[in-house]
Amino acid sequence: MIAYALQQLINGITLGMVYGLIAVGYTMVYGIIGMINFAHGDVFMVGAYVGIIVLTAFSGMGIAAVPVGLLVALLVSVVLCGVYGFTIERAAYRPLRGSFRLAPLISAIGMSILLENFVQTSQGAKDRAIPEPIPGGFKIMQQHGFVVQMSYMQIAIIVTTLVTLGIFTYIVTKTPLGRAMRAIEQDAKMAALLGVNTNRVISLTFVIGSALAAVAGIMFLSYYGVINFFIGFNAGIKAFTAAVLGGIGSLPGAVLGGLLIGLIEAFWSGYATIAYKDVAVYSILAIVLMFMPTGLLGRADIEKV
Amino acid sequence: MTCLLEVSNLVMRFGGLTAVSRLSFTAMRGDITAVIGPNGAGKTTVFNCITGFYRPSEGEIIIHREDQSTLALHRLPGFAIAKRGRVARTFQNIRLFGGMTVLENLMVAQHNRLQAATGFTLLAVLGLGRYRHVEAEAVERAKYWLEATGLTDRADEPAASLPYGAQRRLEIARAMCTDPVLLCLDEPAAGLNPRESEELNALLLKIRAAGCSLLLIEHDMGVVMKISDHIIVLDHGKKIADGAPADIRTNPAVISAYLGDGDDDDEDAVPVAAQ
Amino acid sequence: MSDAVPAVSGRDTLIRYLRDAGGVGILALAIFVPFIGLRLHGHMNGLALGYRPKLLAIGVVLAVLARVLVLIWQDRRVHQGRAAWRAARIASAGKYVTPLLLGFAVLLPLVPGIANFYIDLGVLVMTYVMLGWGLNIVVGLAGLLDLGYVAFYAVGAYSFALLAHYYHFTFWECLPLSGLFAALWGVCLGFPVLRLRGDYLAIVTLAFGEIIRLVITNWISLTGGPNGIYNIPHPTFFGLNFNLGGGAGTFSGFFGIDPDPKQLTTYLYYIIFFLALLTNWVTLRLRRLPMGRAWEALREDEIACRSLGINVRNTKLTAFAIGAMFGGFAGCFFATRQNFISPDSFTFIESATVLAIVVLGGAGSQLGVALAAVVMIGIPALLQDLSIYRMLFFGLALVIMMVVRPRGFVSTRTPSIALGRRKLISSELISEGHG
Repeated sequence: MIAYALQQLINGITLGMVYGLIAVGYTMVYGIIGMINFAHGDVFMVGAYVGIIVLTAFSGMGIAAVPVGLLVALLVSVVLCGVYGFTIERAAYRPLRGSFRLAPLISAIGMSILLENFVQTSQGAKDRAIPEPIPGGFKIMQQHGFVVQMSYMQIAIIVTTLVTLGIFTYIVTKTPLGRAMRAIEQDAKMAALLGVNTNRVISLTFVIGSALAAVAGIMFLSYYGVINFFIGFNAGIKAFTAAVLGGIGSLPGAVLGGLLIGLIEAFWSGYATIAYKDVAVYSILAIVLMFMPTGLLGRADIEKV
Repeated sequence: MTCLLEVSNLVMRFGGLTAVSRLSFTAMRGDITAVIGPNGAGKTTVFNCITGFYRPSEGEIIIHREDQSTLALHRLPGFAIAKRGRVARTFQNIRLFGGMTVLENLMVAQHNRLQAATGFTLLAVLGLGRYRHVEAEAVERAKYWLEATGLTDRADEPAASLPYGAQRRLEIARAMCTDPVLLCLDEPAAGLNPRESEELNALLLKIRAAGCSLLLIEHDMGVVMKISDHIIVLDHGKKIADGAPADIRTNPAVISAYLGDGDDDDEDAVPVAAQ
Repeated sequence: MSDAVPAVSGRDTLIRYLRDAGGVGILALAIFVPFIGLRLHGHMNGLALGYRPKLLAIGVVLAVLARVLVLIWQDRRVHQGRAAWRAARIASAGKYVTPLLLGFAVLLPLVPGIANFYIDLGVLVMTYVMLGWGLNIVVGLAGLLDLGYVAFYAVGAYSFALLAHYYHFTFWECLPLSGLFAALWGVCLGFPVLRLRGDYLAIVTLAFGEIIRLVITNWISLTGGPNGIYNIPHPTFFGLNFNLGGGAGTFSGFFGIDPDPKQLTTYLYYIIFFLALLTNWVTLRLRRLPMGRAWEALREDEIACRSLGINVRNTKLTAFAIGAMFGGFAGCFFATRQNFISPDSFTFIESATVLAIVVLGGAGSQLGVALAAVVMIGIPALLQDLSIYRMLFFGLALVIMMVVRPRGFVSTRTPSIALGRRKLISSELISEGHG
């Protein structure tokens, strides 16, 4: 039934956009300093929490304009997550730069555990829910009584993602900062010799990546309406999977990977069992890597002998 | 004298770039065969094809064994070239096991022989079987090559802590511990001082005397002209000359490849000037 | 050491400290306001916010103080080139630490009057020592990053639990089978993916860990799903069980002593102690055999290995399979000890913990891994009163320990063979692998 498939397609793309945004953060950090920033998913979670806190503050003050509230929540969350990203890099990763490869990985895992439990102990382990911020949607088509709907929220998510990615692409391709980032990615030592302030660029990379995660967090919050301290883990792993699937280090690859994973999840849930949707995601990852060892858009690394 | 290695119509393409085109040559058993040519001539690519790091786009690479049988190297998986083809190699950028000692490097090189004696590791874990005996033999072989390369004193030091020249010699010793019929050396004299270069010549001649043939890529014409029996000259992926050192020295095509186009500034590599 | 300090005026230092600490204060304020300063409360019609200004102030002050302490510590450390000296000290101390630790481990359950709790804690720590040693083969020796080691722990545990549940197998029958199954899984999973490099391998192993957990969770008809499997039998002592009822056929009945839960705990303790020692012994043997040397060579340089005729894929596979086998043994033991298993015990956090033990111990070092397991499992378990903050401190401790000692407790390597005396190799020279 085409209507049903179309609905899954819409749902999958929405979800994929969220994953894609988080995945960009993973892939950026990986590209620039070659580490898996395991705490990135938890920055996303922090972003969602900041969002729910701002929205609650708004409704506590009796301000009813939800879109305005969302926008403010988005801005506050972006700024605060930027601070989180900056601090995490300074405290947990910078001292380890250039040392044993596994050390930053363990430090990142520690940071992830720390953030999860920080939020759990400070805000409680319970699920927190908000009412749907922007209800309603378009009816796209109807077939055999099945209504295909695209909610306003889904449109908002897709538009926000595209705008965010647009700004982000501009930064990476057109600005001096972007050039410096790409230079460090190619050869950090050489870039430093040529006067690129490596530390500053790496800090900014974390800030930008975290800001994207914050956007994703707000979108997750407004789409699902329910969050808890643990959402960062699952979303983080999915997004990391997306980044690897697309070819880690490749920015378009991250978005593509995110979309694919969103679609796999949506279609698997729609047509097979929802219980095994994550199994499907991981299996497809393994199969893709078997045939394309550096992901879909990753550069094949030819080892010079 | 019999043929040991036969390369015929070897072609290696990377995307649109043809690094080696229709190259054919033979290396005789007991000879030192040198492959020379200006930078970017495709020498290392040929080496990587022979030793299984690249799969040739076209052509054949055949090893003729002493019992008249042949082995097609281009069909073997990478590791089997050393194991079954008994072709060993060194690398232009030295690749040692830096965190392991010199002796350990030489023991790893004898992996296949040692592994065969462990009874699928199980017996050896339990201390059974003839492993201990085989290991003692392996240590003796390692000692022989340590002696030959002048590294005996440093046997228990980590490979990464050796000076450059010693690392080069260790890499050769390690390759020899695999008991090869053909040893391929990728610029063994690069970065050596004249005295070390002399010692290297002696070592290579010793290896040849021990019955192992050599194939070497070299820039240092002092080494090439002095010790090789047979020289192949490559330029832009094609063979432009093939013969004894004396012939190569006077070959006009070779001289023009090194001097003619003016796009190569590697003065040291000029064969005539080196004499 | 004060004579090495260059002349820096106290005033400059103070200004630097103030500036730095001030920055940290601002960051801490931004970080803490939404989470410590504000608190979400469930409310009749949705959510409401509470305020905790005092707690916020305490948090910020603590952060600033911590930063100042770090600054002081760093300033003192800059002028001491003691790393090499310390490494040598630790290495020489290792000679005494190993027998001491071993002696302590042997005697722990025999200490008169020791509470069952401590023996049980010993069992827990020892399980992680074993897991750490098992994973050390993969990560420390072969240099392959495995983020899904818990998968093999789960395979071992469920192999036993299912065989016991459906076919009434006993622990001793299942122990070898669990290891075998785990190793087989290791081969099946490793075969297609071991040519992947670095972080690609890491994410695939992580994915396998998750797949196994998800399948166990969702295959309810076989595994009971999230509810787990109950009544897994405890091990027997030459056919004698440890029922607290006493009587014929029980351990206490046979030896004519009073039944005591400590008897079972002690028995379990020695079983896992033996299993851990077995893991260690096999690893130490393997390191001196061609296979173990090939693993280490692989970690150092895969391309050189290939040029020497070493079958890289098979060598990786053996490391993966043997590591998995020990994970399987440990899983089987975990099931028999717990009596009950559920998928909750096999989450990614377990893999991360074991990996952290390996890295913190100093990848490749057996003693270091054992010490790390004691520190990372033993100490948090003793702090049970702080249970809600336990994981918080665990995460914090991971970060701090990595920043302070990125190469782990014991970072030197002992050669596997030597003509003369074995000299330790400094971590600076050891490669960490790319796989």
